[in-house]
Amino acid sequence: MITTETSGGGAVELLVGGAWLAVCDPARLAPGRGVAALLPDGRQAALFRDRAGRLYAIDNRDPFTGAQVLSRGLTGSAAGRPFVASPLLKQRFDLVSGRCLDDEEVAVAVYPVRSPA
Amino acid sequence: MPHDAETPHAAVLPRAAERPQPTVLPHDAETPQAAALSQRPGSRRSGPDDRPALVLVGHGMVGQRFLEALAEQGVTGRTRITVLGEEPRPAYDRVRLSSYFDGRTPDDLSVTAPDFLARHGIEAHFGDPVEAVDRTARTVTTRSGLTLPYDTLVLATGSYPFVPPVPGRDAEGCFVYRTIEDLLAIEAYAKGAGTGAVVGGGLLGLEAAGALRGLGLATHVVEFAPRLMPVQVDEGGGAALLRTVESMGLTVHTGTGTAAVRTGDDGRVTGMELSDGSEIATDLVVFSAGVRPRDALARDCGLAVGERGGIAVDEHCRTSDPAVYAIGECALAADGRVYGLVAPGYEMALTAAESIGAGAGEPPGTAAGRTFTGADTSTKLKLLGVDVASFGDAHGTAAGCLDVVYADSRAGVYKKLVMDADGVLLGGVLVGDAEAYGMLRPLTGSRPPVAPEQLVLPAGAGAPAALGPAALPDSAVVCSCHNVTKGAIVACASLPEVKKCTKAGTGCGGCVTVIRQLLPPPGESGLCGCFPHSRQELYEIVRTLRLDSYAELLDAHGRAEARGGEGCEVCKPVVASVLASLEGAYPLDGERAALQDTNDHFLANLQRNGSYSVVPRVPGGEITPDRLIVIGEVARDFGLYTKITGGQRIDLFGARVDQLPAIWARLVDAGFESGHAYGKALRTVKSCVGQTWCRYGVQDSVRMAIDLELRYRGLRAPHKLKSAVSGCTRECAEAQSKDFGVIATANGWNLHVGGNGGATPRHADLLARDLSDAELVRLIDRFLMFYVRTADRLERTAAWLERLEGGLEHLRDVVVHDSLGLCAELEAQMAAHVAGYRDEWAATLEDPERLARFVSFVNAPGTPDPSVRFVPERDQLKPDLAVLAIGPAPAGRTYEGVNTP
Repeated sequence: MITTETSGGGAVELLVGGAWLAVCDPARLAPGRGVAALLPDGRQAALFRDRAGRLYAIDNRDPFTGAQVLSRGLTGSAAGRPFVASPLLKQRFDLVSGRCLDDEEVAVAVYPVRSPA
Repeated sequence: MPHDAETPHAAVLPRAAERPQPTVLPHDAETPQAAALSQRPGSRRSGPDDRPALVLVGHGMVGQRFLEALAEQGVTGRTRITVLGEEPRPAYDRVRLSSYFDGRTPDDLSVTAPDFLARHGIEAHFGDPVEAVDRTARTVTTRSGLTLPYDTLVLATGSYPFVPPVPGRDAEGCFVYRTIEDLLAIEAYAKGAGTGAVVGGGLLGLEAAGALRGLGLATHVVEFAPRLMPVQVDEGGGAALLRTVESMGLTVHTGTGTAAVRTGDDGRVTGMELSDGSEIATDLVVFSAGVRPRDALARDCGLAVGERGGIAVDEHCRTSDPAVYAIGECALAADGRVYGLVAPGYEMALTAAESIGAGAGEPPGTAAGRTFTGADTSTKLKLLGVDVASFGDAHGTAAGCLDVVYADSRAGVYKKLVMDADGVLLGGVLVGDAEAYGMLRPLTGSRPPVAPEQLVLPAGAGAPAALGPAALPDSAVVCSCHNVTKGAIVACASLPEVKKCTKAGTGCGGCVTVIRQLLPPPGESGLCGCFPHSRQELYEIVRTLRLDSYAELLDAHGRAEARGGEGCEVCKPVVASVLASLEGAYPLDGERAALQDTNDHFLANLQRNGSYSVVPRVPGGEITPDRLIVIGEVARDFGLYTKITGGQRIDLFGARVDQLPAIWARLVDAGFESGHAYGKALRTVKSCVGQTWCRYGVQDSVRMAIDLELRYRGLRAPHKLKSAVSGCTRECAEAQSKDFGVIATANGWNLHVGGNGGATPRHADLLARDLSDAELVRLIDRFLMFYVRTADRLERTAAWLERLEGGLEHLRDVVVHDSLGLCAELEAQMAAHVAGYRDEWAATLEDPERLARFVSFVNAPGTPDPSVRFVPERDQLKPDLAVLAIGPAPAGRTYEGVNTP
């Protein structure tokens, strides 16, 4: 079951189906290391935080293999844009647009994400 | 004499249109600004520009370096700077004047960036030499009558060619060789000439001779000393040089002076009479018999000068008047010497600039920091196409010093090293082949890591592989002109960057070969988009600067466009591995945890459906029945697929990330530890059953395999490491297909390295034979650490050994004969690794914070990932790929849709 505990001060929230869903305490997001969140409709989201504290959320499913692993990829930035590299076959996905940087035809969903002020 | 005839009052400025203020001043009338300043010297701090005024007299290489140093110090902004030059053009490369004949134009020789002066607001007047200094009023006056006030005056007037007082020396057809204008005059005159003679067989004389030869003249060289280049080379070197120079068609007269220059009725040169009574018919004469400091300005205004010339300065390059500095060839340094080389000149330029920068607003004498108290006069030149180098105590003047000489008269090669009785390199002379200069000069003052004869023998003549620049310590000065160390050079990505950031290679250029070897090969753009360095370079940067943070490394050493960014998936694991190799322990927490591939992060191997596999270590492939049973029970209880690996152990597949801690808890309880199947680390040391059971075995291969596996377990490397130990020559463990393979002999062990199976099989090379147990371990320690230090990202030992310059022989020199003096360090590093080893699984299980990452979902810690499913196959299970292909939810939303909440 989905249970989100926070240490007070509010949780990181995803906009899913028109409502903000509390996901985790901000402290669970280490810069450069993603986490996966289970969404009410069964999909999964991959959440990331960068060095500057900005949050990103994309779908967790790697479209090339079908595996739910994007949250376990390493992040980076190229030309100022943040990306995650799939841990399986290393394709990169833009964290803002969800576009695959190695294949124009492919993209993953992105989720609006916010953290407590 | 051309040099005495002043150049016309033409002011040539680069890109005059871009300059912020008019700087080309008419010489027949003062500008209003200059006139006002010259009339009211006492009020120079008031008015529109009340910054202190600095006047630089002379714009040669040293003058320009001084201006650059001022800019680097930030002095240019807060000081009004004016440079007054006698020559009609900004500073150019006087050292390479003769390269004009290689097709260079005067502009190509420039060392002044086109917009440098304008960018820093430096006012410049060329073709207008300073004729007087008034130290009381603190003004200078130029030939055109321009008078400028100064708060600080810097004299960089250089030197003038010495012309021996021989009759006829002023005749038409007599020249000196110092400036571009001299060169152009010689070129013009040579059009109607067939023969030329150079007075002086030193460094400058041979340069001039090269110029005459380049103009197509039959060329004579007259040298008073008994050999060519008497200052730089010894008798043997002079002889080698003579043969080569003569073989080029030049006529050399040594041991004789010039008695007179003969002229014809028209007053033009027709020949020379030598002091030995002989005569040379020649159409022109170039005097190139040394230089003298240009100290006339200083003398005239009462500054202290040396007995034999040169403006006396202290260690901050200040003259007897603290408001006046002197730098370069015009200065008599604090050690009582006048330096005629560009490198010491640059040192003085930096010293003066630092003193001026630091002393701004402070009373004189408070400037600390850089001082100039003498310099290395090492030189490497290509004269007439012949390499000539001398460094350190080239003439062996130190008491008790010894020579190591290699001479090949046929090839015109002469090399001499001067060593002291303890083997410390003191200096040397190289003629005909100065390739080793770049290596030898930085080693001066130390004991070279190889025998001295190996440093002078040509490659292939019984000498082991050449000592590469990689062997130099980071503190070694590679560019002596600009005093740049190896450490500063390897921090750059390319030769242009080296030249821009450190100025190395922009002086005499003698170090460029070494710099190239220190940099990644051209075309290779570095590790990734974040770093222009190879893995080895990053390793050296991290090691020498003792960095322990990826962000710090990226922000300080990454490509400009990558600094401050997030890095990337290529370099993060590399840096994590480098940090791990240097610290002897594997980083699992904090920033480091975020650098590692998911495999290292979860200490397991990610498989295609998002599940992981787990491999416990089975050292040497030896396992007890009880432990076998534990593995079986764990696999059964967690529903894992089991397979025997090629490395004599058992792989357990199909674990969800949230199951990993429970699986390890069972395995660790039973005495297992991580097998590092997930890491770029030692995997296994296979073994045959060996002497204990096998009727052919000659050593206990299993025991050795276990010892080795336990010693090197957890060692982070550029790529995975595999090993094997065979108990006899039948080689059942296939040790020769491993990164390091050990084969038993009747007398001990043979060590093979650089083997590989897989897609590009390579038979390992025999590194050493019949080693004792201790010798074997010590050699493997060294081999592995040398590999860890120098290999590129994802470069197995096989590819590394293929790439290594000098190949197996070089490797043997380094790890067996300790040619680089590295072995103690390598062994110490391995000892630190062995001492610091901890099982990563056990360490993770002990730490609740580390365990927290082992959940499928951050917001549903107890929920298993529904996408990780299995279906049966051959009495075990396999990933259910159908569930992955379908995907969990309709793909009704696109990224465009959700981006606008």
